[in-house]
Amino acid sequence: MLRYTVRMSRLKGKDMNRKKGRLLAIPYIIWIAGFTIIPLIFILVKAVTDVNGSLTSANLFAIFDPLHRKALLMSLSVAFFSTLICILIAYPASIILRTSRITNKSIILFILILPMWMNFVLRIFAVQLLISNNGVLNYILTAVNLPPLKIINTPWAILLGMVYDYLPYMMLPVLNSVLSIPEDVIEAAQDLGSNRFRVLTHIIFPLSLGGIGSGIIMVFVPSMTEFVIANILGGGKIQLLGNIIEQEFTVTMDWNLGSGLSVSLMAFVLITSMIFGRNNEDTAAGISL
Amino acid sequence: MEKELIRFENISKSFDSTDVLKDLTLSIHENEFVTLLGPSGCGKTTTLRILGGFEMPDSGRVFFDGMDITSLPPNKRQLNTVFQKYALFTHMNVAENIAFGLKIKGQDKSMIREKIAYSLKLVGLEGYEKRSPSSLSGGQQQRIAIARAIVNEPKVLLLDEPLGALDLKLRQDMQYELIRLKEELGITFVYVTHDQEEALTMSDTVVVMNQGRIQQIGSPEDIYNEPQNAFVADFIGESNLLDGIMVRDCLVNIGGLDFPCVDTGFGTDNPVDVVIRPEDVELSSSGEGQTKGRVISIVFKGVHWEMHVESDIGITFLVKTTDHFPVGSTVGISVDPYNIQIMHKPVSEDAQVYGQDESSEGEGYEP
Repeated sequence: MLRYTVRMSRLKGKDMNRKKGRLLAIPYIIWIAGFTIIPLIFILVKAVTDVNGSLTSANLFAIFDPLHRKALLMSLSVAFFSTLICILIAYPASIILRTSRITNKSIILFILILPMWMNFVLRIFAVQLLISNNGVLNYILTAVNLPPLKIINTPWAILLGMVYDYLPYMMLPVLNSVLSIPEDVIEAAQDLGSNRFRVLTHIIFPLSLGGIGSGIIMVFVPSMTEFVIANILGGGKIQLLGNIIEQEFTVTMDWNLGSGLSVSLMAFVLITSMIFGRNNEDTAAGISL
Repeated sequence: MEKELIRFENISKSFDSTDVLKDLTLSIHENEFVTLLGPSGCGKTTTLRILGGFEMPDSGRVFFDGMDITSLPPNKRQLNTVFQKYALFTHMNVAENIAFGLKIKGQDKSMIREKIAYSLKLVGLEGYEKRSPSSLSGGQQQRIAIARAIVNEPKVLLLDEPLGALDLKLRQDMQYELIRLKEELGITFVYVTHDQEEALTMSDTVVVMNQGRIQQIGSPEDIYNEPQNAFVADFIGESNLLDGIMVRDCLVNIGGLDFPCVDTGFGTDNPVDVVIRPEDVELSSSGEGQTKGRVISIVFKGVHWEMHVESDIGITFLVKTTDHFPVGSTVGISVDPYNIQIMHKPVSEDAQVYGQDESSEGEGYEP
């Protein structure tokens, strides 16, 4: 009997804890509902209806219109190449950092993150100042009798801006995964007969795939949906899908079409995330979907 | 004695101006089980890493089978290492881990498959080919690490505290496994540990190290029974470490009382260190013996009683015996001449450093 009452009171205690836990979760539930779930439902409803509120799939398939298709293609290629360039910069840098004798690697990490402390629109304006036709770069080029470069208002300018903006988001997970490989695992590979190249291809690379996957998601997804960089560095001449969606909402005021394009874009983003987000659970840097 | 396989010649190494190895010279023979034993920071791991090719000595040379391998990279050496934390490749399954070295050598697939099966059988993990290393227990992971190393048929297997991360029971089982493995493979084992029991159980030869210097090289029996200095005596097992004066050959004065012993060549009236193992102090209830004493504490240790006996010559002896004497009782104390071990006092502090954290367990980073 005594034991029974003890157990009961323990159970009550557990129940109380559970109730308290639920109370603490309320702010987060409100946050998620208010800023994620409800807007998402709103967008989804707008996407499958027309101005009169009747069901239609036209908005969802509007992405295949020639104009939109062109913008989607531009978005995809800019996102693809900016992600690729970020990997090509971040991966060798991480390998070099790992093998270097620099003992205080956190300082390097700090320097890498430093630009993220500044508003990214400001940084893009700075890039604009550097590469505009009468900008700092061309001033230096003409000063040494070289022909000025016309980069501003081309896809190259957008690519440059995106790489500049998103590089830390690639660098952090990749560096993290490369640095977290234990030294004795690499020594074991050498011990078993691997030269430096084989250690890189058979040990370091496969063990850092998780970090690369995270980096791809963190760079590819935002650059797919980017429109501010395109506005500033593209001079309004290059249309990314993000720009078109923005215009549907703010200029044309066709929220149904804007929502439809957003949902289609979201589908693209989800598919790529799923491709690269797999097998990420092992790495600390991994963000698995 | 078998043929010499490895020779360290005057090896010195320092990290950040700390001397880790000081002029170390050591020979290891074919088919020998050599254990480098010592406390944290004594240089044993560094010695092993120099042999494995992971560190370069500042000065001195390493010879392998007559060849100078001092600057040879690890992948070119005919030896394999078992690491303390296993260092398995987590992105490969057990079979791929074991096949790693064989694939580099370009052996054909059926041969590799056969060797994987054989090495798994040797370590008692048949049928584990497809398992992932992270699904295995610590002891199983260590067996895979051993299989991964021995499958390459190295002439020497280096083991860096391989049992350090395992629990006591498993550690004892693995000690016998390793002895069996060595006998089956017929290769040289170089083993690093700070655990004296491990060293005594498995080794043919024990190399006791402290502060970058070799203190004594010998068989486990030699090291235990005939320690050459106070550090070795204190590090290996428990002991009564006493100050004495060598009156003449075969007679030592401890605390004013002369004890017959069997050691010679220490001169006359020279101060010496004396070691008497706790199990070698004989007590008698009658009070007869070389001196008398009073039992001041007694603790039951399972096989024996461990007690402290305060003697009339002013020395408190640690005694291990299967007889029980109550606290406060008077006992006779005597020591067989063969069980008194005489050692030279250290000449300089550099030659021998006594009592450096001998109780350290599970050391962390050791340069």
